[in-house]
Amino acid sequence: MIVRKGTAAMTAGGIAMVVAVFVMTLAIAQGFRQTLVVSGSPQNAIVLRKSATAETVSAVLRSDVPIVEALPQVARGPDGRPLSSSELVVIIALPRQSDNQPANVPARGVGPKAFEVRDNLKVVDGRRFAPGTREINVGKAAVGRFKGLTLGSTVKFGSATWNVVGIFTADDAAFESEVWGDVDLMMPAFQRDGYQSMTVKLADPSMFESFNATVTGDPRLYLEAQREQDYYAEQSRALTTVIRVFGTFVTLILAIGAVFGAMNTMYAAVAYRTREIGTLRALGFSGSRIVAAFLAESMALALVGGVLGCLLALPVHGMSTGTTNFSSFSEVAFKFRITPALLAGGLIFSVVMGAVGGLLPAIRAARIPVARALREI
Amino acid sequence: MALIDLRDVTKSYRRDQIEIPVLDGVTITVDGGDFLGLMGPSGSGKSTLLNLLAGIDRPTRGSIRIGEVEISRLSERALAGWRARHIGFIFQLYNLIPVLTAFENVELPLLLTSLSKKQRRDHVMTALGIVGLGDREKHYPRQLSGGQEQRVAIARAIVTDPTLLLADEPTGDLDAKSAGEVLTLLQRLNQEFKKTIVMVTHDPHAAERAARLLHLEKGTLVEQVKVGA
Ligand SMILES: Nc1ncnc2c1ncn2[C@@H]1O[C@H](COP(=O)(O)OP(=O)(O)OP(=O)(O)O)[C@@H](O)[C@H]1O
Ligand SMILES: [Mg+2]
Repeated sequence: MIVRKGTAAMTAGGIAMVVAVFVMTLAIAQGFRQTLVVSGSPQNAIVLRKSATAETVSAVLRSDVPIVEALPQVARGPDGRPLSSSELVVIIALPRQSDNQPANVPARGVGPKAFEVRDNLKVVDGRRFAPGTREINVGKAAVGRFKGLTLGSTVKFGSATWNVVGIFTADDAAFESEVWGDVDLMMPAFQRDGYQSMTVKLADPSMFESFNATVTGDPRLYLEAQREQDYYAEQSRALTTVIRVFGTFVTLILAIGAVFGAMNTMYAAVAYRTREIGTLRALGFSGSRIVAAFLAESMALALVGGVLGCLLALPVHGMSTGTTNFSSFSEVAFKFRITPALLAGGLIFSVVMGAVGGLLPAIRAARIPVARALREI
Repeated sequence: MALIDLRDVTKSYRRDQIEIPVLDGVTITVDGGDFLGLMGPSGSGKSTLLNLLAGIDRPTRGSIRIGEVEISRLSERALAGWRARHIGFIFQLYNLIPVLTAFENVELPLLLTSLSKKQRRDHVMTALGIVGLGDREKHYPRQLSGGQEQRVAIARAIVTDPTLLLADEPTGDLDAKSAGEVLTLLQRLNQEFKKTIVMVTHDPHAAERAARLLHLEKGTLVEQVKVGA
């Protein structure tokens, strides 16, 4: 009996591990996706070169900017100027605070209206950079992760030295992992001549279709527009897919082990209770009832493991981590996101493992000839 | 018509290609309300015979009719249902489920019926009352003496009011005093409640309580002694 308790605990533990891994990997995928999805606003459109899949492989000519900004669908600020930010994204290498190894950090040169276009951005420490100066703002998620990215310090990249004058948040969006400065100063610092993208605030979200039609239809432009939300969702796809596939693979391998563990425990339970099974059969319980009883036991045991696994995984919720975003090859910080649906999925998964592991032992239990079962001591 | 009609029943087991004959052409009839004792040396096939009567095992040849039903023709599933309604089985080692209380153990066979919770409770308490353990419903088997455990097992066997009580050495593991109590109980079930009982036993004292005695020797009925009932 003590031995049986041991194997039962091990089985539950094994299933707990699987469920924890399952929930955590999906929480990563979920969190990463969330980070990129909130980066987009429904009212914003991002303009890229035709068929460019990311800002890094796009180009917007200086001469394109006034044409796009003049379009009637673009919202205007109180000063009558278009709410649009022409931007350049360059990848800079900065040593990580943790291991001093260089990592890719996206630096975004933005226009003077950038903070009006991205209205989820808030400077929480210091102030906005002043246009025309070598001042920069740093996203909260990048602060402390890389050397030099703290308020008041200076950092060298491109052919210049920059002063960090403010820290901003962006509702966990990918921007929080970026460094922002004046695009007109970043361009020469990186020997560029031209932008990569334009992000515009539309007067109304419903105007996107006509805005895009106008941009793509204009013979002077070789550009197209995407809803900012669609763009960032697409950016997250490659990595979330990889995380999901990898997570599924690891989970599956662990699950096979856990199922065999459950099977072992249940075979032991059947052997241990052979006489009990015989007794129940002698009282008139049918074979299918015996199968159901052992399946229920196996599933209950697995569910205990599942609950344990969820509890194990739960503390990582909200914990932040960083990864290289495949579509920009730079570091994006994001938080693990464990949703109720994810936990429910983990629990269902544990019960399924219990059912699969318990099935064969349960069938064996029902197949033992009653007379023989009763002879067991 | 006799309640049990066992006709020319043969049973053999196969072990490593060798046929082990256990019962060889046994014919027995038992009337309703009988208390039949079944004696014989170890390995003579007493338990096997009892299992055949309970539909737990199947004869190699021959027919077994109990009441209106030819049980050797029933499917496994039908047999289980039939057993639940007609058979009360009492084991030498009581076979109570250790994690269930006396009440829950006795209630087990009723879970196969359509009785309500309240009706089940009434039945269980009646059965426990008959065996004199109405105050032990919340006890677990390990908190009971052997004699008490066997009485709980008897309550479990009678709670569905079965046609036939089958007991396989019900006193085999008990001291003389407890054995006496259990036998008195069985006798009372036979005489007062008109239960038909077939009891296997090694113990001559136990055998004395039966109204009728059969001897099984090497798979055949060799002797039939009527004891004065
Ligand atoms: N399932 C089985 N498989 C093989 N042989 C069996 C099986 N059940 C019983 N036997 C054999 O049949 C013979 C009779 O067994 P049974 O249990 O009926 O004897 P018994 O009269 O009840 O003996 P005891 O007094 O020791 O309980 C024995 O030789 C036993 O080994
Ligand atoms: Mg026996």
